[in-house]
Amino acid sequence: MAESIFGIHESALKIREQRAEILANNLANADTPNFKARDLDFRSALQDASSGTNRFETSAMAKTNSRHIDGDANSFASTSSYLMYRQPTQPSLDGNTVESHIEKAKFMENGMQQTATLEFLNGKITGLRSAIRGE
Amino acid sequence: MSMFNILDISASAMHAQTVRLNTVASNMANVDSISSNAEDTYRSKQPVFQTILEGNKSEPRGGVRVKEIVESQAPLKMEFSPNHPMANAEGYIFRPNVNVVEEMANMMSASRSYETNIEVMNTSKQLLLRTIQLGK
Repeated sequence: MAESIFGIHESALKIREQRAEILANNLANADTPNFKARDLDFRSALQDASSGTNRFETSAMAKTNSRHIDGDANSFASTSSYLMYRQPTQPSLDGNTVESHIEKAKFMENGMQQTATLEFLNGKITGLRSAIRGE
Repeated sequence: MSMFNILDISASAMHAQTVRLNTVASNMANVDSISSNAEDTYRSKQPVFQTILEGNKSEPRGGVRVKEIVESQAPLKMEFSPNHPMANAEGYIFRPNVNVVEEMANMMSASRSYETNIEVMNTSKQLLLRTIQLGK
């Protein structure tokens, strides 16, 4: 039910949060020798998430009793199969491929898109609330 | 929730950069610590950064840590100065192998990286707050 109310934004928010984490990790390792910057293939991650044929590495909950309820395997999904290494524009001597300016731009872009997703969700919730209250 | 992890990642990076700033301060403070033999002379200290790989439970997923602090292997600066009170029998004094220009560049790089991580934390905080306030 919740899936149909929020539509694609639920998956989008999840993927954006994980992408933010990966970009933050790149920026944190900007001075680590031999660190290779990574990024998430957002397009295919979201496409797969919306079409239901995702490559998410899901982990279902273990059941020790036949009456236990199945957990939603997708809620533990990790996007690690969509990770890709960034191609650096300039080589560096210490083998680090983090380019701060690019990572900062990507992080900001991702932040704006996450804000947009949150706005969509907020609008949806506000609409539902006014429908429920009948105001 | 994964967003809270970003704060840990940025905090680990800020800690690593603080250690780097500390070594810079130590190196700059000791730039004129003259000694009369090679063993006792201060050697420039440099931190070695390492990525925290995923799967280590005691530390945040991702992030960076200071693996070790190594002493620079660059040759010490020997100076012939027989009138110096610290001069050895041959009239030489030993100066630390601190490269001031390198240290200044290191300091600038460390402070820029620190600022970057503060920005990341601020952005994440705002997004987290907006997520918490969804539907209000």
